[in-house]
Amino acid sequence: MGSWFPENISTYGGDLDSLYYFVYYVVGAWFVAAEVLLFYLMIRYRRRAGHPAQYIRGDTWSQLAWVLVPTIIVFGLDMVIEAKSGPLWARIKEVDHFPTSGVEVHVSGKQFQWEFTYPGPDGKFGTDDDLTIGDELHVPVNKNILLDLQAKDVLHSFFLPNVRLKQDAVPGRTIKMWFNATKPGEYEVVCAELCGFGHSGMKGAFFVHTPEEYDKWVSERWPATAKAASTNDTAS
Amino acid sequence: MSSATTTAAHPQYEGGPFAQLPFGRAGMWWFLSSEICVFGTFMGTYALMRIAAGGWDAERAHLNATIAIMNTIVLVTSSLTIVQAHAAAEAGDREGARRNLLITVLLGCLFLCFKTFEYSREISHGFVPWTSTFWSFYYTMTGLHGLHVIGGIIVNFILFLATYRASWDLVKHRVEYAGLYWHFVDVVWIFLFPLLYLA
Amino acid sequence: MQAGAHAEVHAGHHEPTSFWRKYIFSVDHKVIGKQYLTLGFAMAIIGGFTAFLIRWQLAWPETEAPILGLMQESGFFGPDQYNAFVTMHGTIMIFFVAMPILLGGFGNYFLPLMVGAPDMAFPRLNMMSFWTIFVASCILTASWFVPGGPAAGGWTSYPPLSADPNLSGVNWGGHLWLLAIIVEFASFLMGGVNFMVTTINMRAPGLSLWRLPLFVWMEITAAVLFMLSVGPIAAGGIMLLLDRTMGTGFFLPARGGDPLLFQHLFWFFGHPEVYVVLLPGFGMILEVLPVFSRKPVYGYKAIIYSTIAAGILSFVVWAHHMFVSGIDARLATPFSITTILISVPFAVMMFSMIATLWGASIRFATPMLFALSTLATFLVGGVTGIFLGSAAIDIYLHGTYYVVAHFHYTLFPSVFLGGFTGLYYWFPKMTGRMMNETLGKLHCLITTVSFNCVFIPLFFVGIAGHMRRIYNPLQYEFLKEIQPTHVFVTYAAIVLILAQSLLVINIVWSYFAGEVAGDNPWNANTLEWATSSPPPHINFETVPTVYRDPYDFSEPGAKQDWTPQWVPSVRGVS
Repeated sequence: MGSWFPENISTYGGDLDSLYYFVYYVVGAWFVAAEVLLFYLMIRYRRRAGHPAQYIRGDTWSQLAWVLVPTIIVFGLDMVIEAKSGPLWARIKEVDHFPTSGVEVHVSGKQFQWEFTYPGPDGKFGTDDDLTIGDELHVPVNKNILLDLQAKDVLHSFFLPNVRLKQDAVPGRTIKMWFNATKPGEYEVVCAELCGFGHSGMKGAFFVHTPEEYDKWVSERWPATAKAASTNDTAS
Repeated sequence: MSSATTTAAHPQYEGGPFAQLPFGRAGMWWFLSSEICVFGTFMGTYALMRIAAGGWDAERAHLNATIAIMNTIVLVTSSLTIVQAHAAAEAGDREGARRNLLITVLLGCLFLCFKTFEYSREISHGFVPWTSTFWSFYYTMTGLHGLHVIGGIIVNFILFLATYRASWDLVKHRVEYAGLYWHFVDVVWIFLFPLLYLA
Repeated sequence: MQAGAHAEVHAGHHEPTSFWRKYIFSVDHKVIGKQYLTLGFAMAIIGGFTAFLIRWQLAWPETEAPILGLMQESGFFGPDQYNAFVTMHGTIMIFFVAMPILLGGFGNYFLPLMVGAPDMAFPRLNMMSFWTIFVASCILTASWFVPGGPAAGGWTSYPPLSADPNLSGVNWGGHLWLLAIIVEFASFLMGGVNFMVTTINMRAPGLSLWRLPLFVWMEITAAVLFMLSVGPIAAGGIMLLLDRTMGTGFFLPARGGDPLLFQHLFWFFGHPEVYVVLLPGFGMILEVLPVFSRKPVYGYKAIIYSTIAAGILSFVVWAHHMFVSGIDARLATPFSITTILISVPFAVMMFSMIATLWGASIRFATPMLFALSTLATFLVGGVTGIFLGSAAIDIYLHGTYYVVAHFHYTLFPSVFLGGFTGLYYWFPKMTGRMMNETLGKLHCLITTVSFNCVFIPLFFVGIAGHMRRIYNPLQYEFLKEIQPTHVFVTYAAIVLILAQSLLVINIVWSYFAGEVAGDNPWNANTLEWATSSPPPHINFETVPTVYRDPYDFSEPGAKQDWTPQWVPSVRGVS
């Protein structure tokens, strides 16, 4: 089971995976118990000479207890799952719980491309040094990334499998997201909501950079403001 | 409808609290329960979107409450006349049932006339379904209601014709069920009217 | 008494003799039921074929699919057609296969019989309901052939994609799709009215509500759920059609609308709808379990209360389909709680069904094998719902194959395995012939095994992050390594589809050459077995009186191990 999850590279992704495994073991135990019981009863109570069926209606409270007690236990476990799930959901999705500062990127989905707008070295949107790049998300490692998500035409869904983050992009709305990536590398950002004939293949490259790589990327993209670092001052 | 609706009590079937209802009345109530959900959805959705949009006061100013009030009076009166038709039918008064059914049909047509006049005024002022979301709702809700009025007029007219030919037992019960439907159409309007024109 | 009943419903018409009145425009619920079954099976062939095409494309992307090349220029198809196949597969299976077969087919045929009535309360309305869905099917079928192709926005048809032909390239296909579904809703609304009035008002003497067979309870619960939930989707469908054709602004932000509104309307209906599709299948296995266990159903009333509770709860869970849709994040918790709560009544039902086997004497005839298969398989669907009910886990799993696997594990067992349970059980009653047991058992084994081979791997594919409605998985680096799974699943799907030929052969062969069945070949207790196989036009030559519960098998003191409902008490107490 574990090997099927894409590699987790986010701060909250591990908790999501752990919650999955918790649920998996809890429901798995019940599932196995129910199936084993079912097969056991099928075999034990197969029709045999000398073993007529018994007139058990299951309508007295003591008989119903056999159904109701397991049900109550199931209910209790459901509530435990919910108790663990609620705080994790709030951490990932409720804006009040977001980190208050971080690297900001604006994301816009359109048929059939993800557009990422970076504020540039001045850190502000709506200024001249904003840069929009199609299908490339660049973020520094171990930093909070705060994203605003929009859509230009139809519903899309912003999905970073390795971060365990997904959010539908809705035209007419700006929706906030956040994550913090913990491992440098190149991953994928995909669209997870049917958006037309080009939905399949609507994807981009998702780069998590080490601090050095990130500075290099910034200086390549914004050459005018490149720091005069000795190894990086060849303008592109 | 089958002729199983001819008797109010069905001694050959098992009893129980709701089981004594004539089939047609029970069937009509089930049908209406679903229809209530359709119009309820439109009204609830309209209310929510209107609040979110800030009231739509500018758009709503273009509606004509006077025509709507007249339409309300027409429809409520027609509900009264169909009740009279039913009472007459129960009492065996063919002429009375016939007359009241006809008046109900005519009042329904009058409603449609006023509505058509209202629509044409609005359209001539450039307010069409695609003008804005408010107008989309207005035309869709009143239009859907109007289609139900047309359906009711057709049913009532067929019943009016049936008073000349069909068995009286049949007519008696069908007037009641048509009346139920007609009341529903009236009640929808009684909600639509304040929701669109007044509040 | 029976003359009164007969005259009541049939005054003004005698048993029809002309071909048209007897087989085509019949008002006999048994004929109408068979017409619905025929329609459902025909549409299932198309629905199954679309599934084959989807699976072909996923296993071997951008190659020529067999058979398709016979229907159009080449077997190669692009993403726009793929989206259309995905859309039509879901639409056809839910609205034109599951509902016609389970409600219009078996429901129509057996509800009047099980309550001891001569027909439905409104036979002509019944006939109209069939021809209405027939028209809807024609409209939907026509949509395959229009310029721009059929609807391709998914069976969920979310706007803005589905609201503006410019955004999807689909024009008349989308209009016709909406029209077909709206007309289909009208058909089932008519049917629902008939089900409710017949069940409540036309029961045989002695048949109190607490003596109704569970199949009947399930059918009327489904009918109520449908009738009360269809309003919002009908409204939403009308609004969407107007957005498409008249430029209105319900769901398009550019015109002042809100795309999320459609999702709320759709899923407010959509969730009760999945129970509409689910409950009849449960009803059928609940008929079969006691008959082939020779003992009563465990917890008859508990099952009924649970069904009603599940039905009510189904109206307050809808936004679990929308956790990541852009709704206020704080709404997730209440809906997550209600979703997890709804597992409670289903747990009661599942445990009760399993407990029915305790103390049984099980005969493994084909209907029973299918009932047990339904139970065993549905459990997977039930438990995997827990994952999706947790909003946090759903962030990752929404829109992936995990969801696809989950809902196929709830829908397929109930609709198909449950439907097959009913078919093998009631074929003798409908035709007067027994089906072939060997073919039936083989059908059950291959279907069950191949179904699991198709959908268990898809859970893993979903965990890998594989999104839904993807035309070519090889376009994604992170999905390339799981491609062999797609190939395996497609082979299993081909086996699953081909295995259904065993059923077709069995039906055709048994209809003409099956062993003659007699009135009650299974020694069952419910009223449909009190009359001949097939029943006469008026159902019962003598309307039965009901003296007992529907599942009195192996009652102490009885001479035989079944005591039908129409037989007075063996112990002098009714």
